[in-house]
Amino acid sequence: MQSEDVIKVEGLRKRYGSVAAVDGISFQVRAGEIFGMVGPNGSGKTTTIECIEGLRQPDAGVVQVLELDPQRDAYTLRERAGIQLQSSNLPNRMRVEEALDLFASFYRQTDDWRPLLEDLGLSDKRRAFFNQLSGGQKQRLFVALALINRPEIVFLDELTTGLDPQARHATWDLIRDIRERGTTVFLTTHFMEEAERLCDRVAILDCGRIIALDTPTNLVNKLGMATRITFQLNGHNHPPSDSELKGFPGIVFNPSLIGALDGVRRVEQEGDEVVVYGQGDGLVVGVIKSLEAASIPFYNFRTEQANLEDVFLALTGRAIRN
Amino acid sequence: MRGLMKLIVMQFKLYLREPVAFFFSLAYPTLLLLLFGFIYGNAPDPAFWGREFGTVDASVPAYAGIIIGTVALMGIPIDTAANRENGVLRRYRATPLRPAVYLVASVVMYLVVALLGMVILVVTGKLVFGLRMAGSWLDVLAAFVLCALAFYSVGYLVASLTPTARLAQVVGMVVFFPMMFLSGAGLPLQLLPEGLRRVSDFLPLTYVVRLLQGLWFGDAWSKLWLPVLVLVGILLVGTIASARLFRWE
Repeated sequence: MQSEDVIKVEGLRKRYGSVAAVDGISFQVRAGEIFGMVGPNGSGKTTTIECIEGLRQPDAGVVQVLELDPQRDAYTLRERAGIQLQSSNLPNRMRVEEALDLFASFYRQTDDWRPLLEDLGLSDKRRAFFNQLSGGQKQRLFVALALINRPEIVFLDELTTGLDPQARHATWDLIRDIRERGTTVFLTTHFMEEAERLCDRVAILDCGRIIALDTPTNLVNKLGMATRITFQLNGHNHPPSDSELKGFPGIVFNPSLIGALDGVRRVEQEGDEVVVYGQGDGLVVGVIKSLEAASIPFYNFRTEQANLEDVFLALTGRAIRN
Repeated sequence: MRGLMKLIVMQFKLYLREPVAFFFSLAYPTLLLLLFGFIYGNAPDPAFWGREFGTVDASVPAYAGIIIGTVALMGIPIDTAANRENGVLRRYRATPLRPAVYLVASVVMYLVVALLGMVILVVTGKLVFGLRMAGSWLDVLAAFVLCALAFYSVGYLVASLTPTARLAQVVGMVVFFPMMFLSGAGLPLQLLPEGLRRVSDFLPLTYVVRLLQGLWFGDAWSKLWLPVLVLVGILLVGTIASARLFRWE
């Protein structure tokens, strides 16, 4: 059913001067999912989210949110959506409870904000002034303001930027809770790990375009390099001496031994170190069995899961942070 | 409507929590009155004022111009530009709050602040110097509101044209301080040399002082058509211009 899509974006474009911040992107967000938009700073995430929220006017393209036009039906949309902005503030001398009480009065339908304050761990800060809050507390207050109207969809722009790891993990739990209430979550982040751990589907943005869109697992699997296995052929920290090699005259490692296994995509050998890329549940067991069958000793055997950072690197040829 | 009332109360609380703004709009004119009242007294001085009124009697309606000017040209541009600069206005914009409601709430709050400043001034004048007034309080109140709205529209125009709070402060001060001394608000025009007095004819604040002092001394509105005309003109032009130029971001 088409009403399952709560956000529809078709051919969205936005230029600032001669720079195309968003260069023709299209996607849908389904009801009840956590949808993430990731990409480096300047990739067009905030411009996209603000066009969807109706805070910016697109140059071209069609945007529909909850079957509304964010420009024409701006106020109706803001009744039904919750918005957390990347850069905004409250007056310094506004108290936490005053902010919630005030913002609640802007909406026709609002939740009682006291339990919300409880959930967000701000109860003991009720009387605090905005400028007395820590960065994490401010962010949580903004989340509370975004949830105060019991929104059908909530927009979170770079919510965890500037938070310490502990606060970030707490925020992830909070976002999962929001979804449990039946609210669709649209978020942007430049932390690949965050997108991977939190989002049902992820759109990767680069230079104003979507270069990949899928579940985090599918994005990684599509690369065919979901697992990376690394091991060494000798247990020493130096190249094997002649006498050591003489001790094992029969050992010759042939990469094709492993390359032929099910699920293996690529085998690289550099000196003693062998790296195997591949995927599938039997991959690790298969590699170990064939090494033992050929009586090849191996050391420092370790496996790593590929992540969205690797996906970004593979798609763009550069790391996301630089 | 609920939002408007809450916003007015909130804006008022926020204003009172800023000690500097509080001092300039509410306490400063009263302190001036006390200072000059003790120096000159309030004995009637027809030779100077042209009527049976003393320095304090003439200063109270003139200082109303200082109150209106500080709120309009310092308070409004600085607060508005600061709220825009640090993203407070953005935060409001992401809710169903209508911009007009926000502006009405702010204007009402600044009007209450100015009126409160005026009440403190009048009460102090009465209690300490036996303040005299020949006109009608209702006329003075109506004129005060007209003057305030006209100047607030200019304040919002300054806020619209200045991108930062810092610049808004500079522009507000450059516009306001010379005007305060050359319009009869800060000191009587009779003390100025002839040339400077002619400059005052071109300053909007002069018309605030003329209107309020005129009504205070018991003149009829018909005699004060020029200040009324000037202030209504400023109100119209200022409102239209700031409505067109106002930016939330």
